Amino acid sequence: MIVLRLAWKSLANRWLTAMLTMLAIAVSVMLLLGVEKVRTGARQSFADTISGTDLIVGARSGALNLLLYSVFRIGNATNNVTWKTYQEIAKAPDIDWIVPISLGDSHHGFRVMGTTPDYFKYYRYRRTHSLEFATGKPFGDLFDAVLGADVAAQLGYRIGDPIVVAHGLGSIGFLEHDDKPFRVSGILARTGTPVDRTVHVSLEAIEAIHVDWQSGARIPGQSVSAEEVRRMNLEPKAITAALIGLKSKLAIFGLQRAINDYRAEPLSAILPGSTLQELWGLVGTAETALAAVSAMVVATALLGMVTMILTTLNERRREMAILRSVGARPATILGLLMAEAALLIVLGAALGIVLLYAGLFGLQPYIDRAYGLHIGIEPLKAGEWLNLGGVVLAGILAGLLPALRAYRLSLADGMTIRT
Amino acid sequence: MAVHPIKAARPIAAPDIVTMSGVRFAWPGRDGFRLAVDGFTLGEGERFLLIGPSGSGKSTFLSLLAGIAVPQEGAVTVLGTDIAKLGGAARDRFRGEHFGIIFQMFNLLPYGSVADNVLLPLSFSARRRERAQAGGGADKEAARLLDRLGIEPALMKRPAASLSVGQQQRVAAARALIGAPQIIIADEPTSSLDRGRQMAFLDLLFAVVADAGATLVMVSHDESLGHRFSRVAPLESIARIERGEVRP
Repeated sequence: MIVLRLAWKSLANRWLTAMLTMLAIAVSVMLLLGVEKVRTGARQSFADTISGTDLIVGARSGALNLLLYSVFRIGNATNNVTWKTYQEIAKAPDIDWIVPISLGDSHHGFRVMGTTPDYFKYYRYRRTHSLEFATGKPFGDLFDAVLGADVAAQLGYRIGDPIVVAHGLGSIGFLEHDDKPFRVSGILARTGTPVDRTVHVSLEAIEAIHVDWQSGARIPGQSVSAEEVRRMNLEPKAITAALIGLKSKLAIFGLQRAINDYRAEPLSAILPGSTLQELWGLVGTAETALAAVSAMVVATALLGMVTMILTTLNERRREMAILRSVGARPATILGLLMAEAALLIVLGAALGIVLLYAGLFGLQPYIDRAYGLHIGIEPLKAGEWLNLGGVVLAGILAGLLPALRAYRLSLADGMTIRT
Repeated sequence: MAVHPIKAARPIAAPDIVTMSGVRFAWPGRDGFRLAVDGFTLGEGERFLLIGPSGSGKSTFLSLLAGIAVPQEGAVTVLGTDIAKLGGAARDRFRGEHFGIIFQMFNLLPYGSVADNVLLPLSFSARRRERAQAGGGADKEAARLLDRLGIEPALMKRPAASLSVGQQQRVAAARALIGAPQIIIADEPTSSLDRGRQMAFLDLLFAVVADAGATLVMVSHDESLGHRFSRVAPLESIARIERGEVRP
């Protein structure tokens, strides 16, 4: 149809402004959907990280802090739990399993976690998945280490490779436990959780590499070799936290109260699920603000489109008078301008989706690495399509404004061509 | 004072193709401008030149004639149909069907090709489409008209904006004539051309209008063109124009 082709050519002739308008819409749509993706992705990622653990116990601190450092490797413990207390808690009759963890060292920016082989047995993620070994096995020897998938992939380790643990959490440790190197005994399959970025060693090994250390530095003149340390008593003196699974969910609150009231040492026991809810409550306001801002950006882009069409309207009065003269109805002119707005908005939205997924594919590994958030790349969900539909509808309604103006002009201009 | 004598009466007794009676019109929203036509007729096959200075209301008269503007009172009967009584869509269809219109300048959609511009009216009128296709296809008919108006077929695929002003006016004439509408309206079609080209353009326009057996209504401020037309009349002899305050 010639009319549509001419309308298309008219738009193509203004391709630069049309492109920029479309790009503005695309970026705003990308932002709108992206905020939602990151939001749900972050929630899902957090919620998926810890499953099947009923309580987490650590030194007295905020519930969030405990959850973040014990499970997500974000932040640091304020204090430790003594081994004695740990053993006391472990005796509670309701406990099905308890796994101690000890944090504080690192390897090339990845955190080193001391634990027991039970960790591999009881830790659950994404509701029911348990940890699996891609190759190798749990630690048998004192200086065995089990690597998360990302650690092995990024540092190129294989079974049998030696690794040296650094004291502290810097990406480049100045102080290294280089006198007691570890050997890679196993590599875990990828989980999409912080486990992938963790180096697991035994609790005894953590104790062993710190035997000749005090207050974060080597004790001068004292050096215990790796061979000597094997003959020493390596029972840990303290741990950072413990994950607990209970025989019955009914016992959760009773045990939590008992631990929080523990006399000998100030402790905190938290429920991972409800603490996560607390976290969402905390960031909810920020999420709402982000969503509001991205909605504003969409509105701005639509305003830009209306402005763009309105400014071209005057020079196109000629076009409209010509169309009217050959028999086009004012409704046809209204339709053409609406179609132009609709085309811009639909193409803009489509481009926005493309940009969104390109961005997700491009940034996912970085976000994963830098923030420990695994944002799943999934097709758009119903709610997101609904948002998108809302944007398109709003755009078409906005397009009505210049279209109605053109309609009025074409009625008023009559035969006169105004340029 | 007119340089050429004004031929105010209809010279030949042809059947009426247009009749306007008791027409009263004011532009909506534009204060004070009112146009009244008590009685006006146009005979089939006439070549009618309407004279008047710019801004005198000629374009309004043409708008009423072509059904782009609708009078508040009175009848505009074209080919037996009172277009003032038609609904908006029907009137637009009627115009597309029976009128070919040439503007003063900027006649073409600049982004479209020459062929697109010529074929444009066929999108709005089934009958003109059929008539244009009768002689072996609309493209062929467009090429024939363009060739008759001195536009080479090689130019058909070119963007309209790349043509000279004179060429553009000839393309506009081809667009007005394609599918053989009965009435050709030309609103100062030569005012953007120099004198030599004006005459050449009118020669061609007259020739193609005569080929098609159409009626021509042309508007100009230039009375010196009058000798080429079958009837010449100043606007004020046909229509009463009033300006100023609207009566209560």
